[in-house]
Amino acid sequence: MKLEDFQFELEPLPGAMPVWHARVSAQQWRTACQQVRDQGGRLVALWGADNSDRGEGYAVHAALAVSPGLVAITLPLAGESFPDISDIFPPANRMQRAICDLFGVRAEGAADPRKWLRHAAWPEGVFPLRKSFDGSTVFANGADAYPFVQVRGEGVHEIPVGPVHAGTIEPGHFRFSIVGEGVLRLEERLGYKHKGIEKRFEQMDLIQGARLAGRVSGDSTVAYAWAYAMAVESVSGARPPQRALWLRALALERERVGQHLWDLGFMGSDAGLAFGLAQFSCLREDMLRTNALLFGHRYLMDVIVPGGVARDIDGGGIATIRGEIDSVGKTVTLLKDIYIEHAGLQDRFVDCGRIRSVVAGRLGLAGLAGRASGIGSDLRVQFATLPYDRLGVRMTVREGGDVAARATVRVEEIMESLRLIGILLDSLPGGEIAAPLPPAPQNALGIGWVEGWRGEVLIALETGADNRIRRLHPHDPSWQNWPLLERAVLGNIVPDFPLINKSFNLSYSGHDL
Amino acid sequence: MYRILKQIAATGIKTEAPPEADEALRVVRGRLHSGILKYFSGALTIRHVDAGSCNGCELEINSLNNPYYNLEALGIKFVASPRHADMLLVTGPVSRHMETALKRTFDATPEPRLVVALGDCGCTGGIFGESYASCGRVSSVIPVDVAVPGCPPAPFAIMQGILTAISPPNGSDGSPETSEGHLAFIPGAAPPSGAPQQ
Repeated sequence: MKLEDFQFELEPLPGAMPVWHARVSAQQWRTACQQVRDQGGRLVALWGADNSDRGEGYAVHAALAVSPGLVAITLPLAGESFPDISDIFPPANRMQRAICDLFGVRAEGAADPRKWLRHAAWPEGVFPLRKSFDGSTVFANGADAYPFVQVRGEGVHEIPVGPVHAGTIEPGHFRFSIVGEGVLRLEERLGYKHKGIEKRFEQMDLIQGARLAGRVSGDSTVAYAWAYAMAVESVSGARPPQRALWLRALALERERVGQHLWDLGFMGSDAGLAFGLAQFSCLREDMLRTNALLFGHRYLMDVIVPGGVARDIDGGGIATIRGEIDSVGKTVTLLKDIYIEHAGLQDRFVDCGRIRSVVAGRLGLAGLAGRASGIGSDLRVQFATLPYDRLGVRMTVREGGDVAARATVRVEEIMESLRLIGILLDSLPGGEIAAPLPPAPQNALGIGWVEGWRGEVLIALETGADNRIRRLHPHDPSWQNWPLLERAVLGNIVPDFPLINKSFNLSYSGHDL
Repeated sequence: MYRILKQIAATGIKTEAPPEADEALRVVRGRLHSGILKYFSGALTIRHVDAGSCNGCELEINSLNNPYYNLEALGIKFVASPRHADMLLVTGPVSRHMETALKRTFDATPEPRLVVALGDCGCTGGIFGESYASCGRVSSVIPVDVAVPGCPPAPFAIMQGILTAISPPNGSDGSPETSEGHLAFIPGAAPPSGAPQQ
């Protein structure tokens, strides 16, 4: 798709990634979405805004990925509704319901009118992200009824699971409708971890916001911190030095490797192979200790800051990492062969939790899980910004769409990330690790867009006066994939759910905000 | 099978593996082990509750069961039901949507019970604080015996927090106390089977 195909003027936004912005009309809103869909593009994020304090009304924004890059469209609203796009982009369903919970603006014509992020913390008719709402207002916990879809029939039972789950994992609710052990239907209910992050950002300036951005989803702190820094650098015109960009990529790839090792261990354990968890968790612990030694934090929180990075590495650190990628690579290769040859493990992995590529394409499966179902999308390849444009990242795509495929993609991505880390170390430029950050103009829009280990993380930032945040929307790729988990369990048995869930490993906190 | 055994042999014992073992870690593991033997007859069960964290603390709790820290070797087991738990390990600020679930989990934990709040968010509400959506620190919802700061606290700090919770306070008669003011239990005495301990 070419930018000229759009029927409105697009303004390029400065920054590391190719991003354009346009204000559109209600009719153009749907037309543009349909165009993008028809040309094979996708909806990345959808969020609302309240501009009534500026004499305008509410607005909705959509970020659409097309072949030249990201197109962000803004629809100013006259009233309190906007045209539904969930028929064009299925992932828009829950995003629209969340906008309604937070702003009170409805998607006109949407099939699913139920609340989503709101449980009982605030009543109907109250909208926390409106500018008129004081974020410190506390309501007594009200009644909370959620209309799950009921499945009726001979022998059908319901198993409600959560929000508190059996293991050490985040809270969410899963409502299974089963016959015997077989799953007829799964319906999720999320929002248990809603902490008012978007409202909290509006109390911060651009410097303070970096810490919060890194804690939207702790296991993706590097991806979020980089996306946040990108957005801030876009609005303020800062250009991080090259050494900082190389170190950012080093951190991002270390986060990717660490999380993939972790997931491979737990997937083995969920299928009964405790050996896998013991081995992979040792590799993970080794890397965490190296992170602490070289960067001051086991998970690299607060390493990426607007303007650059906060920590540098020296020759000793480089040598340590080189030794580590060599030994991790060798052990992962060995463990991969053990996993592949283990008949019991493969019996659990293969054909479990399958999402066929045609379903994945229709319903918008994204990121890592998408690549395991034939959807070849990776920002490091398709929109390679410095230093990725120097690295020649090789994307891993598998067609199977089952747990085995999601395991294979992780293994291949680990090996590729280890290779990329080697190249980054070989080509690490000298110089400064941070650039000064000029104050940002008011009412500027900045977008950060990073391929985290789960998928694409997006930060949309609008500045206020005095270098403050007027509005910040963090988008987690889990929004796209949570609904697909409901599809993946169909035809499987309940005991396979932990394995299928872990093979996706979606974020609850990143989703709930 | 042969490859698995070969890799196990090649990996060796990671727990307290010299010379990387931190002396402080060795000490805290030793103290935890003897504390659990003395006050819990060899087994401490923990129910983890995520009341709203960013997930960073969960990563570190899960790390506690890796071969380096090997918490199970000390007699510590994470259980699925609060009814089987001696201790609740609570992470995150308490989001208002998790307030009821946390209270119900606490109520379902039989006494004597200990509560450890983990992480800056668990201690003070952290960067999320109190708001329309967040109750803030864990102690604003349920009584807390020990609060372990950190973002996230490293496994070593978590172990120290558990150790503090199970150890008698200074100057006491030698039994751990819960913040609810009950004497936790009498060292060495086993409750009669089936009867609740009073």
